Amino acid sequence: MIFAASLAAAVVIVVLSATALALWYERKLAARMQTRIGPQFVGPIGLFQPVADLLKLVQKEEIVPMGADRVLFALAPPLTVIFALAAAAFVPLWPGVAVVRSDVGVLLVIGFGGLAMVPVWMAGWASFNKYALLGAMRAVAQSISYGVPLVLAAMVPVILAGTMDLDGITQFQATHHWFGLWPIIPGLPAFILFLLAMLAESNRIPFDIPEAESELVAGVTTEYTGMQFGFVYLAEYVHTVVGAAIGSVMFLGGWDGPFAPGLHWLLLKTLCLFTFIYWIRWTLVRLRADQLMTLCWKWLVPAGLGLVFLSAAWNQTGWSR
Amino acid sequence: MNLQACLLLSSGLFCVGLYGLLTRRNAIGILLSIEVMANAANLNFVAFSRYSGAGYGQVFALFVLALTVAEVAVGLALVMALFRSHRDALVELASAFRH
Amino acid sequence: MAETILFYIFAIGVLFAGAQVVLRRNPVHGALSLVACFFFLAGTYVLLAAHLIAILQIMVYAGAVMVLFVFVIMLLNLKDEELGTPRRTIWKGIGLVSVVGATGAVAWRGLGSAYDSVLAHGAATQLTDMAKHTLPGAPFGSLKAVAHAVYLNSVLPFELTSLLLLVAVVGAVVVAKGKI
Repeated sequence: MIFAASLAAAVVIVVLSATALALWYERKLAARMQTRIGPQFVGPIGLFQPVADLLKLVQKEEIVPMGADRVLFALAPPLTVIFALAAAAFVPLWPGVAVVRSDVGVLLVIGFGGLAMVPVWMAGWASFNKYALLGAMRAVAQSISYGVPLVLAAMVPVILAGTMDLDGITQFQATHHWFGLWPIIPGLPAFILFLLAMLAESNRIPFDIPEAESELVAGVTTEYTGMQFGFVYLAEYVHTVVGAAIGSVMFLGGWDGPFAPGLHWLLLKTLCLFTFIYWIRWTLVRLRADQLMTLCWKWLVPAGLGLVFLSAAWNQTGWSR
Repeated sequence: MNLQACLLLSSGLFCVGLYGLLTRRNAIGILLSIEVMANAANLNFVAFSRYSGAGYGQVFALFVLALTVAEVAVGLALVMALFRSHRDALVELASAFRH
Repeated sequence: MAETILFYIFAIGVLFAGAQVVLRRNPVHGALSLVACFFFLAGTYVLLAAHLIAILQIMVYAGAVMVLFVFVIMLLNLKDEELGTPRRTIWKGIGLVSVVGATGAVAWRGLGSAYDSVLAHGAATQLTDMAKHTLPGAPFGSLKAVAHAVYLNSVLPFELTSLLLLVAVVGAVVVAKGKI
């Protein structure tokens, strides 16, 4: 009990500081891609830039728009962070250790990811602003649509490993093979499908139509100021970091690696996936809303169903046992 | 925490849902109340399953979950149809569905 | 002890949020309260060792049912004046009294020993029957035990449920679309 509580506190601290680092890392990465230097004045190589950003946000006045639903407006941003952090509790950190181990871990992670959409919608609706509401409706539609291919892609490692326990999946990969690499046919496409669906669930480019600046000002965050805005912004980064960690647990072997298996491998893989996600973000353009839905329902969902069928067929061959 | 506490909770929740069902005129409010009642029943399944040791209660709970989702989908479709013909979602208007 | 405290916290949450579902006139508040209510209910399911049901409850209600409600509410665009003014009729008073009375009656029976014999009987007879069906190495409420019960012992109802969902989808599309 005490161990779990202290582990939970440690995970919260690690995830939040990783998120702060990720903010800096993303800005540096984006700057390099655009042949700029990026933040460089606050601390060594601009490392304390997120701290400066935080101080700036804290100082700002918090404005509640007239006509807004005050309770929901105030409640939504902290809830986004809590739900985004909750999914981190189920990530296996090193062999046999996670804050919460559950035999339905995969469902828990996806469930909390889907739950994160509720406060986003609350924020958009409570803002009493048409851009915020449009952004919120888009976020909800996108989340419920891409939840289907996300679950289907997550079912592939579940079927291959024969368990829904995230640590069990990692252990199977440690003793057999990483699902992102082998079996190559259900594995690699499922990994790509998982990444796409996860990008859409966390509203990242090329799927960031809920906050499309050119048409919706800033989506659900339009009316938010100061730390309340900071919470929503933070939650998106936490979502991406945790999503990358879960992707690496389910398809890249999590803590498994050559030499000493442990937390460092998980962090390294998460960093690689995170870099990949932000590489996409600063390279591709945004899809249109109708293209987004077409991609999901006409391509990704049938592909996911096919992959589930193929992984069941692979299990029947018995080659991985 | 024992079986009786769970049953008390579920009966309380059921009564809350029943009160909503009987007092709301808005079709969406009625559907929400029905959801509350169905889940109160679901809590009974899970509680009896736990305290009698038979795992089948959880299977029933799964089926109830699927059932309520189907019910919500059809119910909301009816609300849409009602709204399209009457520009309102009060249930007493639904008597027009007879024709 | 911790379980009992958690149970009472969840119970208060369930009843409070459930009352919000029923009493709030704004359907958006109702739908959000429904999610909160079922979130707490999932907490009680966890305490009752039904982890799978708990997470499915959260996924289905937060992921699907709330979204359905929200979309319909947004499509209908119900304003406060369209929802009608709150009326305080004698019938609401009667309803409240009967709800409190019914809960009290159930409490009086339920908190007594109404189910003791049922449980003792169940423990004696049913458990031996069920023991034949349960898997060794799959503790009560685990994914394996529930999956075993669903896919091996009640596979026909399971398939019929999928048929029901299909019929519901077709029916919902036909009714809501109006003109096919």
